[in-house]
Amino acid sequence: MARQATKKTAKAPAKRATAAKTTRAKKAPAKAAKSNLVVSDEVAIDITNMDKWYGDFHVLKGIDLKVMKGERIVVCGPSGSGKSTMIRCINRLEEHQSGRIEVDGIELTNDLKKIDEIRREVGMVFQHFNLFPHLTILENCTLAPIWVRKMPKAEAEEVAMEYLTKVRIPEQANKYPGQLSGGQQQRVAIARSLCMSPRIMLFDEPTSALDPEMIKEVLDVMVDLAETGMTMIVVTHEMGFARQVANRVIFMDEGQIIEQNEPETFFTKPKHERTKLFLSQILH
Amino acid sequence: MSNSTLSFVRTTMEVAKAPPASTVGVVGWMRKNLFSSWINTALTLFAIYLVWIIVPPILDFTIFNATWTADDREGCLAGGHGACWAYVEAKFGQFIYGRYPVEERWRVNIVFAIMAIGTVTLAIPSVPYKKWNAIFMLVIFPILAFFLLVGGYFGLHHVETPLWGGLLVTLVVAITGIVVSLPLGVLFALGRRSEMPVVRMVSIIFIEFWRGVPLITVLFMASVMLPLFLPEGVTFDKLMRVLIGVALFSAAYMAEVVRGGLQAIGKGQYEGAQALGLPYWKTMNLIILPQALKLVIPGIVNTFIGLFKDTTLVLIVGLFDLLGAIQLSFTDPKWSTPMTSHTGYVFAAFGFFIFCFSMSRYSIFMENRLHTGHKR
Ligand SMILES: Nc1ncnc2c1ncn2[C@@H]1O[C@H](COP(=O)(O)OP(=O)(O)O)[C@@H](O)[C@H]1O
Ligand SMILES: [Mg+2]
Repeated sequence: MARQATKKTAKAPAKRATAAKTTRAKKAPAKAAKSNLVVSDEVAIDITNMDKWYGDFHVLKGIDLKVMKGERIVVCGPSGSGKSTMIRCINRLEEHQSGRIEVDGIELTNDLKKIDEIRREVGMVFQHFNLFPHLTILENCTLAPIWVRKMPKAEAEEVAMEYLTKVRIPEQANKYPGQLSGGQQQRVAIARSLCMSPRIMLFDEPTSALDPEMIKEVLDVMVDLAETGMTMIVVTHEMGFARQVANRVIFMDEGQIIEQNEPETFFTKPKHERTKLFLSQILH
Repeated sequence: MSNSTLSFVRTTMEVAKAPPASTVGVVGWMRKNLFSSWINTALTLFAIYLVWIIVPPILDFTIFNATWTADDREGCLAGGHGACWAYVEAKFGQFIYGRYPVEERWRVNIVFAIMAIGTVTLAIPSVPYKKWNAIFMLVIFPILAFFLLVGGYFGLHHVETPLWGGLLVTLVVAITGIVVSLPLGVLFALGRRSEMPVVRMVSIIFIEFWRGVPLITVLFMASVMLPLFLPEGVTFDKLMRVLIGVALFSAAYMAEVVRGGLQAIGKGQYEGAQALGLPYWKTMNLIILPQALKLVIPGIVNTFIGLFKDTTLVLIVGLFDLLGAIQLSFTDPKWSTPMTSHTGYVFAAFGFFIFCFSMSRYSIFMENRLHTGHKR
């Protein structure tokens, strides 16, 4: 089924893409879908007054961000504003220099054990997928559960197939990443992260390296994931997605959080001048 | 009807014809590859000329004028001016085992046989039990080989290493060098890219030191200088010292080859692995090294081949490898003819070529096999 859909999309890319966008836009006001997603009052990520420098360059300035369990946050902002750096600090791909980051109650310090512990609980999906090209799709998915979670191979494969089915590509399990389309690769990357049963998922522009006709298949998977109640921080400029699933949209510029609000208000009544300018640029 | 000129229906199907004779077969191939232009034609003719002047004399020497059976030099002298293969046959034992006692040579043969079977079964991808085979070859076999070759235990006679020689020494030095240098080289390559300053410094100093001195110097130091530094009475087998020297020397080269491969792996691969919670060594072993080593197979095998041929340098510290054993035999008056050294060198070249060429072919085979070609 999924295959057929992909094939059709491939045939008429331009039309499909716009069609997809309009459906997303239409779906957006349907609050019913969103309201059944519970946000708990437990804190998943707590960033207080966090600063980061690259050499002399002050990339992140006094970031304060509290994310609740089950919350879905979309981060947007101009290129170079520090979005990637901020979410990469959450799983310590980048080190922050001052302030405090607490993930799932564990504070991020130089303690390697704690870093590994946090990385096990936090999944990340990258712009360029970062799949392992020498391993099959299935091996990509089972690697971490086997070696990090010490799961028996058979069980890991079962779990992997389950997630590959959820992202609608179980039939690709024995291929290599290079044999898949960009959209399929990104869905594998999502499945690979999910196989570690993370409690939090970070997405760094997951669709911006994709051809237009593949964006929808990836966003659909992410919407499904949001509906499971996963805590998500998504850096993206897909505003349809933001309207559909986000509880909160955050706008960053020059290393600072400029404005945040629930999506409807954020898009219709932005307050800050920079936000207005940015929105006018990306929404045409 | 106005559109009758437009419509067309085929009534008979064409039968496939053979292509023009000038484009296929031997003639076509020659036209395309040998005589496509006048420059190409001139080069072809020149190459034929070169083959004409080089090949017949080689064949004359090695086959047509060669003496195949003789009891001593007289037979070869009478046979003309071709190779004296009878001499190689007479000295064959010495070329293979050096002065290893004749009645103990079965021990060497067993080691050779196990090594050959182990290596071949390890090299052929479809043979099962790779893991156990590798463990056997890397752990059990060296110990077994050590006790078999050196002896002194289990009722085996002790055979001192100065008696070893010929192909035995060549293989012992080369294989030890190969087996030790790869893992050591990987460690130093990783060390050189480490974020820990001490580890990085140590790796850089190691690599640059060993790359900065010629192997001959290393061998001299190992055999002449090292004993001066060792306390009185402590002796250390000369072959052992040479083995260590050669292994460390090639490890430094290997480290740089491997580092080249590591540099080709993008940051995304590290981040992908880290984000999944894989710790450093698992990231390296499972993600980075498999990709990096695959990329540098040609460089690794190149280093192996270089090392294999460099074993001939052990001659200068008084160890007689294959080439050394052959050269040593030139002095035997029983076989001394004008053709003896020529024959010996041809045989040595042939011996080395077999090993080096096999490594080269195997590396090409592995490259093709591992080439999943899945990068877009
Ligand atoms: N490793 C690095 N070293 C130095 N500067 C960097 C590095 N990574 C990012 N930067 C700089 O930090 C700023 C923020 O980058 P980034 O977080 O990637 O922005 P965004 O994801 O919002 O486009 C940019 O100006 C970028 O040039
Ligand atoms: Mg970015």
